Amino acid sequence: MNVTRRGFLKASGVAAASVVALDLTSKSKAFAAEPQNDWKLENTKEYTNICCYCAGGCGLLCSVRDGELINLEGDPDHPINQGGLCPKGATMSQLRNIVDPETHEMVKNPDRKTKPMVRRPGASEWEEISWEDAVKEIARNVKDTRDASFVESEDGLVVNRCNGIASLGGSQQNSEEEYLILKMMRSLGIVAIDNQARV
Amino acid sequence: MTSHWCDFQNTDVILHCGSNSVENHPVSSKWLEKAHEQGARWIVVDPRYTRTAEMADVYCPIRSGTDIAFYGGMYRYIIENLIEPNRAKYLAGEEVPEYNFEYLLNYTNASYLLDPEFEFDPATGLFSGFDEQNKTYSNHSWHYQVESESTWDTSESGAYAWAAGEGVPEFTPPVVEHPKRDMTLSDPMCVYQQFKAHYDRYDIETVCSICGMDEKTLELVYSTYTSTAAVGKAGMVLYALGQTQHTYGAQNTRAMCIMQLLLGNIGVAGGGVNALRGEPNVQGATDMGMMVNEHPAYLKWPNTSDRSSLRAWLESQTYSDGYYTNKPKFLVSSLKEWFGQAATVENDYGYDWWPKVPKKPDYTMISSFELMQQGVIKGYFNWGMNPAHSAPNAGNVRRSMANLDWLVVADWVETESASFWKAPDMNPADIDTTVYFLPAALIYEKPGIILNSGRWMQYRYQAVDPWDQAKPDYEICDLLWREICRLYKEEGGANPDPILNTKWDYYVDGKIDPRPVAWALNGYRTGDSDFSQGKVDLLKGYSELGADGSTACAMWIYSGFWNNNDAPLDASKQPIGRRNNEDRSGIGLYSDWAFSWPSNRRILYNRASADLAGKPWNPEKKLVEWTGDAWNQIDQADFVAAKDGAAVPPDDKAFFMLWEQGARLESYGMEDGPLPEFFEPFESPVDSNPLNGAVSSPLARFTDYASVKKGDSADYPIIATTYSVTEHWQTGGQSRSCPALVEAMPDQFVEMSVELAAEKGIANGDKVRVFNNRGSVVVPALVTKRIKPFTVHGETVHQIGMTHHYSWAGVFGTRDTVNDLTPNVGDPNTQVPEYKAFLVEVEKA
Repeated sequence: MNVTRRGFLKASGVAAASVVALDLTSKSKAFAAEPQNDWKLENTKEYTNICCYCAGGCGLLCSVRDGELINLEGDPDHPINQGGLCPKGATMSQLRNIVDPETHEMVKNPDRKTKPMVRRPGASEWEEISWEDAVKEIARNVKDTRDASFVESEDGLVVNRCNGIASLGGSQQNSEEEYLILKMMRSLGIVAIDNQARV
Repeated sequence: MTSHWCDFQNTDVILHCGSNSVENHPVSSKWLEKAHEQGARWIVVDPRYTRTAEMADVYCPIRSGTDIAFYGGMYRYIIENLIEPNRAKYLAGEEVPEYNFEYLLNYTNASYLLDPEFEFDPATGLFSGFDEQNKTYSNHSWHYQVESESTWDTSESGAYAWAAGEGVPEFTPPVVEHPKRDMTLSDPMCVYQQFKAHYDRYDIETVCSICGMDEKTLELVYSTYTSTAAVGKAGMVLYALGQTQHTYGAQNTRAMCIMQLLLGNIGVAGGGVNALRGEPNVQGATDMGMMVNEHPAYLKWPNTSDRSSLRAWLESQTYSDGYYTNKPKFLVSSLKEWFGQAATVENDYGYDWWPKVPKKPDYTMISSFELMQQGVIKGYFNWGMNPAHSAPNAGNVRRSMANLDWLVVADWVETESASFWKAPDMNPADIDTTVYFLPAALIYEKPGIILNSGRWMQYRYQAVDPWDQAKPDYEICDLLWREICRLYKEEGGANPDPILNTKWDYYVDGKIDPRPVAWALNGYRTGDSDFSQGKVDLLKGYSELGADGSTACAMWIYSGFWNNNDAPLDASKQPIGRRNNEDRSGIGLYSDWAFSWPSNRRILYNRASADLAGKPWNPEKKLVEWTGDAWNQIDQADFVAAKDGAAVPPDDKAFFMLWEQGARLESYGMEDGPLPEFFEPFESPVDSNPLNGAVSSPLARFTDYASVKKGDSADYPIIATTYSVTEHWQTGGQSRSCPALVEAMPDQFVEMSVELAAEKGIANGDKVRVFNNRGSVVVPALVTKRIKPFTVHGETVHQIGMTHHYSWAGVFGTRDTVNDLTPNVGDPNTQVPEYKAFLVEVEKA
């Protein structure tokens, strides 16, 4: 099975694994040796990804059935990890889905927050807020703080600087997102920009 | 790192110093095991007997924060045992196989003459040029003596004709200085002689007394590692935060570079100075210059002094020689991508729309909390970063954040920063900050680019949709940006021009999409590109960049990673998407897998892997080779291998990212001295320094902030450091939400020696209070033989170590935050905090 999958991925690239993969794998010798209904990756699409922990850059295979992630394992073709993963990498699917200890069913990780929330001044709890309202309120706050703390020129020099806002982080994001965060912050005039590289 | 993970297999000696890769980069460590199986020797220098030490041949304990004494001792050992006994022989034309003189003489600045004013005074620990009042250096006397000067030929047929071309902003090109050299290394002002005199004080006995080491073990480390000075041998140093998180962390890093240059270990397979970075895309964020004074791709951000205008930037930043003579092309192309058609030569390509960083106040992370206390910073974005837990003196951070008007946290889980107002030591009723939590998509819920520590750019394909209402960060940015732009368009406000002239056209079928951002990062010709029409003319690589507005590129170092114009929306058809894992090189370069910046080079400075004639030092592991009429490039050449279609024969320009094109044993580029000098940590159990008259670094940053509350060794005699375990990651927001990982490592701990535990009446598993002036935490004790007391200047000194993954937030929170104890002081070059050596007291709770 492994051999066939590796061969397939090499032959076709990964972006749109899926349909052809199933055709090949279902005819493979290795697959035929296993009882069909026992193979957990039946009817899945595979997508490659890269681990979200250290900067090793280990490759992952995400297996998806009916739009849901049902398996995540090391990418056997990847030169660095050659299919292996550390404990954190190997449990990365738990960031989204965990097994309920009572029912033994796969459920969404209850520790993850998936709704926008706001905490009002003096409040001791969060409230839910719609994306639309959150975006409106944040943009208004950004504008108010920027307008109040903006320095256009200083000692005759154009500086276009917003002193009142800071931005921290970026090492968790993909590079395109890093650029967008940076571009947004700098164009607002912010200089207090840092990320995990500072620690 | 200058190398990459799969290159570890090629080394002859591995040196871990300030890193623990078997624990913290476990999968990549198998490449070290491969080298070990092939006969490499493995050395670990660490305060604690780590999982990596368990794999090694030699383990040498070191007191936290004394690395420069250790490296200085090694330099002295190299000079005394390898250079001095053989120098005359080499100069007389004899073969010296045990030391690579050709590398030292031709590829480093060992032979350059320093300014006659250059000086170091051991009585004060200061180099020439110190300004007592401002506690800063002028580096004037750290420069070279000049033999001759030349200028750029910008005439129509000249090498720099482009600099005078139409559309190129006006600037005066720098004068090329040709340093004076003494190829016999005997002039008293040559770098080598000054270097030799400087480290003469670092004898083995003194080093052992400072580091708490055993002389026999240290000699074994030195003799084993310096065996890689032999021609054709490679040694590799692997480091992490154990080296950088000090008030002289940047000098630690320089110290490793110097060691590797002295041993001829940079640019060769199995060599290098290799940072084992800990965040998944911290390489990308560093490349992106997401820091106060940085601009993407290792250029500098505008400021109010030497970069106060486009012209000032070009004149202060452009190198006189080497590849950075091209900086005007990189900067103008960056401005063109940033501001699009609004950027013209007439308006300096929009340079003044970019904010200028002032001299004061400091805006880096540690200082940002002071500015919150002072009411200067009122609004705060946290993008997947958690300062209320991870920043030093975290209690002070939380109290500072309570002065914010508003805070926006984009993350996967409710971090300590999102819930700082709920911390056990905070009263929500007293805190008026409005906090927004924006749920972010997981890595497999969105597509995008990520870089590993070896500079490989790899693509993440989206596997599933974000769950519930979570959104990718790129979409969050777009929502906020469009709303901010709408407000400024409709209402006006403080200068809206920088905002409204910013180019923001990264849409596909009307939806924000990371792929046009990838075009921006790669670079494109402006004439034939119009993102709003889905049109782009991608550059093949950065050699096509111009300084005249004809090209746009956000990130010149990445150029070439996404350059296929036939399928600009398909990542799998771009160099970054390559998946051929065949190893054509035989030494694990994997050049057909993904893309490694710059220009798909796998090993930086690879010119130095071959001698002056271009013949590889090690024919078994060659990277480049001059065949007599061309360069055979096993790895992509990191030097000018051909020009205008003709091969360029070998020369001595092995480090062409520096204007002098030879690597620096001595560097005028550091804030705190041209050579690494040993100082104690800011908080140290020792009040004397046998090497110089200053105990701690006179240039350590932020030591005067009242919040620092320096601890005295009389009250807090125990050294503390922090580290990670394999089952958890950073502040634990992610790993503590995964049941399997919590089961595997359910709590944090304070690790201490059997001796200290006995002294304090502490048993394994007891709750222990660890405290200093900044905070107090209660954590379970882990009493082990992995940490031993040190003998420093004849006295016994104890050290403890703490993991830092747990705090109050989340289902498996355990409340106490270890970073409440760490000091908010930093390095003068990087402002990185000193997490890895500070003082505490411990008692049974």
